[in-house]
Amino acid sequence: MEKGIAITGMGIISSIGNNVEENYNALCFGQHGISFPEILKTRHTNLPVGEIKISNEELVKKLGLPKNHAFTRAALLGSIAGKEAIFQAGITEAELKETGFISGNSVGGIDKTEEYFQEFAKNAEIRRFIKAQHPGFTTGQISNYLKIHGFVTTISTACSSSANAIMLGARMIKAGKLKRVIVGGTDCLTKFTLNGFNSLMILSSENCKPFDECRSGLNLGEGAAYLVLEADEYIAGKQVLGRITGYGNANDAFHQTASSETGEGAFLAMKKALKSSGISSNKINYINAHGTATRNNDLSESRAIQRVFDEIIPEFSSVKAFTGHTLAAAGAIEAVYSLLSLKNNQIFPNLNFSSEMKETGLQPVLGLTSKNMDYVLSNSFGFGGNCTSLIFRRDEK
Amino acid sequence: MKNKLYINGIASISAQAGNAVFSDSIAEYHQNIIPAIAPNYKEFITATALRRMSGAIKMGLTAAKIALKDAGTSMPDAIITGTGQGCQQDTEKFLKAMLVQNEAFVSPTAFIQSTHNTVGGQIALNLKCRAYNVTYTQNSGSLESALIDVQLQFLEQPVPETILVGGVDEISEKITSFLYLDGQLKQEETYNLDLFKTGSPGSITSEGAHFFSISSVKSSETYAGLLDVLVFNSNTSEEVSERINRFLKENHLTEDAIELVILGNNGDSRYDHFYTPLQDEIFRNKTQLGYKHLVGDYNTVSGYAVWLACNILKNGEIPEICKLNSVPIEKPKNILIYNQYLGENHSIILLSSR
Repeated sequence: MEKGIAITGMGIISSIGNNVEENYNALCFGQHGISFPEILKTRHTNLPVGEIKISNEELVKKLGLPKNHAFTRAALLGSIAGKEAIFQAGITEAELKETGFISGNSVGGIDKTEEYFQEFAKNAEIRRFIKAQHPGFTTGQISNYLKIHGFVTTISTACSSSANAIMLGARMIKAGKLKRVIVGGTDCLTKFTLNGFNSLMILSSENCKPFDECRSGLNLGEGAAYLVLEADEYIAGKQVLGRITGYGNANDAFHQTASSETGEGAFLAMKKALKSSGISSNKINYINAHGTATRNNDLSESRAIQRVFDEIIPEFSSVKAFTGHTLAAAGAIEAVYSLLSLKNNQIFPNLNFSSEMKETGLQPVLGLTSKNMDYVLSNSFGFGGNCTSLIFRRDEK
Repeated sequence: MKNKLYINGIASISAQAGNAVFSDSIAEYHQNIIPAIAPNYKEFITATALRRMSGAIKMGLTAAKIALKDAGTSMPDAIITGTGQGCQQDTEKFLKAMLVQNEAFVSPTAFIQSTHNTVGGQIALNLKCRAYNVTYTQNSGSLESALIDVQLQFLEQPVPETILVGGVDEISEKITSFLYLDGQLKQEETYNLDLFKTGSPGSITSEGAHFFSISSVKSSETYAGLLDVLVFNSNTSEEVSERINRFLKENHLTEDAIELVILGNNGDSRYDHFYTPLQDEIFRNKTQLGYKHLVGDYNTVSGYAVWLACNILKNGEIPEICKLNSVPIEKPKNILIYNQYLGENHSIILLSSR
């Protein structure tokens, strides 16, 4: 059994709240953040999204950025979440100099590229956003804002990006390569992704219904979340919010965007996470499922869960009906929720569910449920067959 | 403790065909955006599959297959990819269609292949490889980030393993042309072999894929040992020199142990000063090579430097066209590769003879 890597801080912004406390309250009260797009300028105003109702201008003001900044929306959201995480962990400016930063991000600054695509040639002033298109630039902006000067990198594996970022951070601390690292991810709503998922016909025109027989697709969301991971030698006196004990990544190797029927990649990722945790599957008290509410994912994931847990399937739920699918940020946002579950011994509900899938007969947790918890497993799967599972454990004093 | 890793298979697709750099047939260009020279993709990918693939996927998958074959293996235990700009061609295609059609009836094909991990995913799909598969996209530190993960993998799995690692980036019509607008490219069209003499801001760019099959076990075909990799940030060239010295110490090496350095000079008058103290001081008496006049500059171009170093370490031949000074060298034992882009994402890769 692994002791795990200590988590000493967390920060989040999503459509259900601008910090950890607001997110927790919304989860407890069943207040979802799904609405129609207002900040995102799109013609698809009939597609529900998990949009954070704060404009870029307001976010810039909140962060106190100079006028000629080149922050993408993902960088703005990431800076807010990162700041909260660092504050909670009490990391000093001197410590930040050698702190690492690993961020998951999928679309980078495509919000700016789509806005300025025809304008770059005419307007010299906006050309500072040309470099902003690629995810590494967004990561650089956040790390500069947070004054982090250690190892900085970006992982981009679509919807499992930030789960992989958390995994890399834990691995680097375990290997003694870093003392301290901030891990997580950020993604904002863009016309690019909204139209992309819409063209694939996997966006629902109603609030999404994860694991429901009548599920009709996902709602896109936006947000950012970061965790502070620290090696045990450096956490004296700090509150440990939980520990990462296991992780696994595997590839479904089935199709660029669709998951295999048996959920092979998901199955392998969960198995690897259990193995690296050094625990058997019956130790898992709750699964924070990927559960995007697409026909394909939920069936494939359910089958994989059935294969891993056999007869005794732990309670599970997907929070995607609260936040929408926040793509690269999802793994980190759900890591924060998993830690809140462990801390409060609560399972957050799977909203909008009414009937079990015929193929599996599985029912997620429908209301806020109290349960003593030691281990939570969180799944994140993405395009390119990328499947990642993380296991979080209550910190034992 | 670091365990030594071995590069047993290599592949390069770039603006220079195959082993051109070791021959007289160097490709010359008079343009700042240079397409890669395509190998015969049909030898590696079926015609049906090829039709759906963007440049990055074709180059990445082909280079991956060549590297594995070169190492005499077929199924890696992990696939780790670096790409700064991802699948830019499909991104651009979808973006253009979306804008032109005002968000109506956009075809999903390009979107599906637009994610940064498409190449890594396609390699997994093609090989039916369900192993660990992650993609790094940290600008010019993307391939280096992937190599750092490779080192970690071997620390965690001391049993013999093979990891496929590589970098890939592609040019696209419009998005690459934006690099003229923000000054990443030189404003005047440049003769590539004169790149280091230009003395103007900006550089030239290109595309390519470089993959490597790395194992904890040496083979008779091993090219080089991978000793260490570092990505760091630095504001001044003095800091860079200091960091390189520290890096060598951490690897229990002195400056003298490095007989050859491969530097990322790209002819950009604003940033080439990062190489000056290395060229004039630390490595003044060492053979110095440059390569971006041959293959341009792009986020994962340091893959070409690794490929070059692998060939030099194995065969001992040093291409004249790459020499930045005239210090002679017979058969180097240790090669240090240093790169940066626009003063950011500085990186060091340290390789040794097998």
